Amino acid sequence: MRSKRAELLVGCFIVLGVAALVYLAVQVSGLAFSSKKDTYQVVARFDDIAGLTSRAKVSIAGVAVGNVESITFDKDLYMALVTMNINSDVDNIPTDSSIAVLTSGLLGEKYLGFTIGAEEEVLKNGSEIYDTQSALVLENLISQFLFNSSSSSKSE
Amino acid sequence: MKAIASMGAWLFDWLEAVGRAGIFLVQSIFRMPVRFGESVSLLVKQLYSVGVLSMVIIIVSGTFIGMVLSLQGYSILAKFGSEEAVGQLLALSLLRELSPVVTALLFAGRAGSSLTAEIGLMKATEQLSSYEMMGVDPLRRVIAPRFIAGVICLPLLSLIFSASGILGGHLVSVSWLGVYDGAFWSSMQQSVYFDTDIMNGVIKAVFFSVVVTWIAVYQGYECVPTSEGIGKATTRTVVLGSLAILALDFVLTAAMFGDF
Amino acid sequence: MSVLDAYIKIQDVHFTRGGRVIYENVSLTIPRGKVTAVMGPSGTGKTTLLRLIAAQLAPDSGDVLVDGQNVHALSRSELYKVRKKMGMLFQSGALFSDMSVYENIAFPLEEHTQLDAAAINKVVGQKLHSVGLRGAAGLMPSELSGGMARRVALARAIALDPELVMYDEPFTGQDPISKGVLVSLIRELNDSANITSVVVSHDVEESLSIADHVCILAGGRVIAEGSAAQIRASDDPQVKQFLNGEPDGPVPFHYPEGVNSMFNKDEVAL
Repeated sequence: MRSKRAELLVGCFIVLGVAALVYLAVQVSGLAFSSKKDTYQVVARFDDIAGLTSRAKVSIAGVAVGNVESITFDKDLYMALVTMNINSDVDNIPTDSSIAVLTSGLLGEKYLGFTIGAEEEVLKNGSEIYDTQSALVLENLISQFLFNSSSSSKSE
Repeated sequence: MKAIASMGAWLFDWLEAVGRAGIFLVQSIFRMPVRFGESVSLLVKQLYSVGVLSMVIIIVSGTFIGMVLSLQGYSILAKFGSEEAVGQLLALSLLRELSPVVTALLFAGRAGSSLTAEIGLMKATEQLSSYEMMGVDPLRRVIAPRFIAGVICLPLLSLIFSASGILGGHLVSVSWLGVYDGAFWSSMQQSVYFDTDIMNGVIKAVFFSVVVTWIAVYQGYECVPTSEGIGKATTRTVVLGSLAILALDFVLTAAMFGDF
Repeated sequence: MSVLDAYIKIQDVHFTRGGRVIYENVSLTIPRGKVTAVMGPSGTGKTTLLRLIAAQLAPDSGDVLVDGQNVHALSRSELYKVRKKMGMLFQSGALFSDMSVYENIAFPLEEHTQLDAAAINKVVGQKLHSVGLRGAAGLMPSELSGGMARRVALARAIALDPELVMYDEPFTGQDPISKGVLVSLIRELNDSANITSVVVSHDVEESLSIADHVCILAGGRVIAEGSAAQIRASDDPQVKQFLNGEPDGPVPFHYPEGVNSMFNKDEVAL
């Protein structure tokens, strides 16, 4: 009888541990359990990427549509060459769209944000985005912060 | 000259002790219980005493550490107007650092010391000799299930610690300090990656579990079988275990997050 | 002694521990099917002798032959096989504290036999009956008195019907009734199952009363060996001192001080 109770409690313990892992994965890291999405790769060259890292998100209108695959140094042009993965279902980004290194909040991480262009032709696997904006300078950062805080106070 | 000689002798003794402990570890892993049913019931018993009995202390300390982190983090982040980042601060510091390390330290104090004392007492009351006299290897009967239970439990406890810490932090920052709930979670989700943050924390916990449980069972097995000897061995488990965790944590952190 | 069939032969065993000589060329014979008492003052390594026979310790030199096999030349698995023929009653009883009395006795059976649960139940019942503790099967070791714990340990030691049972200080710390019970149990078990028994003890009367064969160890050597009557009749001063419990004699009262004495030699006589 005593060992039955012990088994039950051990069972609870293990289930709780696994539940904690699932909870952390889903709620904390936002890991989606959908199968790995199909993506296509585009590249962009920046003068200055500041603190952008690989795996940073790529967004349109603030919605994540992909992530940064790799960042390398283009030796010939002295620029940063950023390769990113864009979800295949987002297949209508015009080729003249511009892309900028942005910061989420004052202390937040760097990410890439698209500003959509007007061209008929869309980005495909291997395309390059020519219109790039480097990481923001301090003034822009402050203005963005003010914009963010005013918009978040509006939403409350 | 004499100092060098005694240093040499000390080094020699130390290396010998490390070697003995290593052989002990390998032997107890490779001499697992033969019969499946027996090994399961032995393991369940140990999972109970090592894992289930440590759960309360882990949940309580995890919750409090999460609450304290939120308070501290909020008071500083509020100065920069980025209170939402408290979720990110909480999740990253818990997952990468605090939960594996604090769980392992608590584990060394709670489960490690009791493993050492229990095995030491079995040695003092000749139970280990008794197994040997019956042609049953005490390494496989007594040490192996305890070691394996420790290695299974610590990572699970560390995950439970993280989850309770985040819930505790959520309680303080969202319910009490008024951080916006959506921002709390989204700042967390944007900066936490499953493989680099959560899994690295789990890997750390696995390393710690091996080291702490190893120290605990070895100290018990090798202790001087008197009440004084058991007391000393128990203290050594906690001291050596804690030092080993902190030193190993530095090495692992450097290896995992060193390129940041 | 040559007429006796030797079950255990200890030949020229030399054993030191931590720089201290425990045995110096000890040779002795333990006859088959008899009760042999190994006696001697505390600290002469009587328990060590049992551990040497069980090969838990290895001698520096010399051989220990159990039933013709040198136990120190065996591989681990062979040694474990030999140990199944041995039962040992430890000084503290050494019952497994996480198992009940029943489980303690069933443990060696489950471990080493193919018996099913019903057969094990029967054997455990028999063994507990033979030590008079059938009613204690459900108790945990912490609920037993010292004498009961030792009897349970004895039941466990004989669970596999061993050829050899070793008793490490079975009488120490027992009240006179428990002592009497143990004495008669050891005798009965020895005779009914034709077991070879080795009793290590410093309780002179109890040991002499059950032993067919007696060895007295002192100072790392065997100082006397023979039947109980022969030992009682011995006129060796060391043997007489030990049997009669005289405080001073050939076995000195004073522990030797050595050259590094902490005291001034002239001040000894107060």
